[in-house]
Amino acid sequence: MKKKSKSLLSLENITVSFEGFLALNDLNLSLKKGELRAVIGPNGAGKTTFLDVITGKVKPNKGNVFFKGKSLIGRKEHKIARLGVGRKFQSPRVFENLTVKENLEISVSSPKSPLNLINKNIKTEQIEEIDHLMKIVNLSNKKNAKAGSLSHGQKQWLEIAMLVGQKPDLMLVDEPVAGLTDEETDLTADLLKSLSGDNTVVVIDHDMEFIRRLDSNVSVLNQGTVLCEGTMDTIQNDKKVIDVYLGRPEE
Amino acid sequence: MEFKNLKLSKKTTFIIWVGIIAFVIAAPTILPVFRLNLLGRYLSLAIVALGVDLIWGFTGLLSLGQGIFFALGGYCAAMYLQITSSSEFPNNIPEFFGLYGVDNLPFFWEPFRSPIFTLFAIWVIPALVAGMLGFLVFRNRIKGVYFSILTQAALLVFFNFFNGQQKLINGTNGLKTDVTELFGQMVGSEQMQRMFFWTTAVLVIAAWFFSKWLVKGRFGNILIGIRDDEPRVRFTGYNPVLFKTIIFSIAGALAGISGALYTVQSGIVSPQFMTVPFSIEMVIWVAVGGRGTLLGAILGAVFINYAKSLVSEALPASWMFIQGGLFILVVTALPEGVLGWIQGEGPRNLLQRFGLKRKIETYPSLEINNEAEDLKK
Repeated sequence: MKKKSKSLLSLENITVSFEGFLALNDLNLSLKKGELRAVIGPNGAGKTTFLDVITGKVKPNKGNVFFKGKSLIGRKEHKIARLGVGRKFQSPRVFENLTVKENLEISVSSPKSPLNLINKNIKTEQIEEIDHLMKIVNLSNKKNAKAGSLSHGQKQWLEIAMLVGQKPDLMLVDEPVAGLTDEETDLTADLLKSLSGDNTVVVIDHDMEFIRRLDSNVSVLNQGTVLCEGTMDTIQNDKKVIDVYLGRPEE
Repeated sequence: MEFKNLKLSKKTTFIIWVGIIAFVIAAPTILPVFRLNLLGRYLSLAIVALGVDLIWGFTGLLSLGQGIFFALGGYCAAMYLQITSSSEFPNNIPEFFGLYGVDNLPFFWEPFRSPIFTLFAIWVIPALVAGMLGFLVFRNRIKGVYFSILTQAALLVFFNFFNGQQKLINGTNGLKTDVTELFGQMVGSEQMQRMFFWTTAVLVIAAWFFSKWLVKGRFGNILIGIRDDEPRVRFTGYNPVLFKTIIFSIAGALAGISGALYTVQSGIVSPQFMTVPFSIEMVIWVAVGGRGTLLGAILGAVFINYAKSLVSEALPASWMFIQGGLFILVVTALPEGVLGWIQGEGPRNLLQRFGLKRKIETYPSLEINNEAEDLKK
């Protein structure tokens, strides 16, 4: 396979079938370096499966994923993560029995080999990085608190900080504002916007106000394929999108 | 799960250590030979319990097959002793070989003529076996209850194999060590047993510090991460297979050392070390003492075994019931084990129940709101 120029990530004809149910159906999508992209779609449209394919959790039945010109198919999850793909999960998944600081240490540490972790102490610049991250997400005063004792919003932010600390080239962010207050949502949107440029960010969410605030290109997924792509205004006036998604009051 | 609530001052820690060291030095003079020997054996079991705590308490791998590694360590030690004490027997090889018509030492026992090789073999061989077994299992992402069943199956395989190999390792009879000689003295003699007691005590403390050091930093945090959310660890760029294999080998090495010390103090190693109940008991010691506390594993192993011998002397055949009851009690009432309960909120809750301590008011505002709600009605 030839490497794709310019695009950091490209998914080509991805099909994923779970016992006959097509979670993703011939999906094509590509991202430029430094882009911020929002992905929306009704429940069951394949948004999370889309992330699972990129991060190696799910192997597609057909198609290929290229990241920095390398195919990701068949690579183990931790190898893909080391290549520079970071992921934040739908519900915050932080290590609840570890402190905020320890959680961030896990994400910042590099190299991630057992011997390095046993033999060496964490580097000074990594400690500074951790302090910096805690400041950004307002958790400096919770440094030694167990992550399990944090509020839902704080866990979301801790996980975003962990994602940033991993220094990925591509950040996949799954519903970062679920369960956050309006104020926190705005702050999160600003944070993600400030991250794009240096990083390529994919945000999946349901919250339309939040997506609008991101001010980015939007891809609409439906039944496992990309229905429509464009700015928020284009999307909102697209008839197909209104039919399957925006027009439905229950969403 | 951690030492957070049990902060001792430097002075108290110092006094406790002086007490422990004084007891270890003085134990052979205070305790009768029989009791000392029992204590030494139970202390050696504390080392295998530390390994169980590392893989189960910290990493979430419930192994029911630690008996394999325990027995391997025991066989290494016992064979060395038998070989070096076999000068009067035909062909200068251990006596039992003669019974089965074996004239030459099987080739794989040859290196065990060397004391230095044996000292390494005791922990390296179990670590390698554990590492290989672990790697295959972990690479295929076998987890949870399937892992437990697999380790138990492996234990049965080893048990049956060792049971049937008369010509290689004296099969079901095992290898006796108490009538062998080490440094010109009988291994079963009082002086030697005293030395073994001290060696065991020192090694328990060393193994404890080693385990503490291992789980203290980022490596230990990854282990906890694997226990709580393995996929998350993977997506952060760590390879859980490596971490699990390493910690499983370390637990295997600890089991080997433990088995060797237990063997020389009980006088025999046999396939009985690889029976299913014994490996499950190791897990019970850790569960009762306190998972993920390390110290709990040591205390659990020593106290449960001591209780076992005391109860068995007073009321024969009742121990199994007591042990079962203890396990049920821990699972239902003290899921963190005794030490976990003490270090956590346990004592406070108990005092509250008897009205000896005030409850902590977590949400005073909620009560105020309730009153407001009542007024509205």
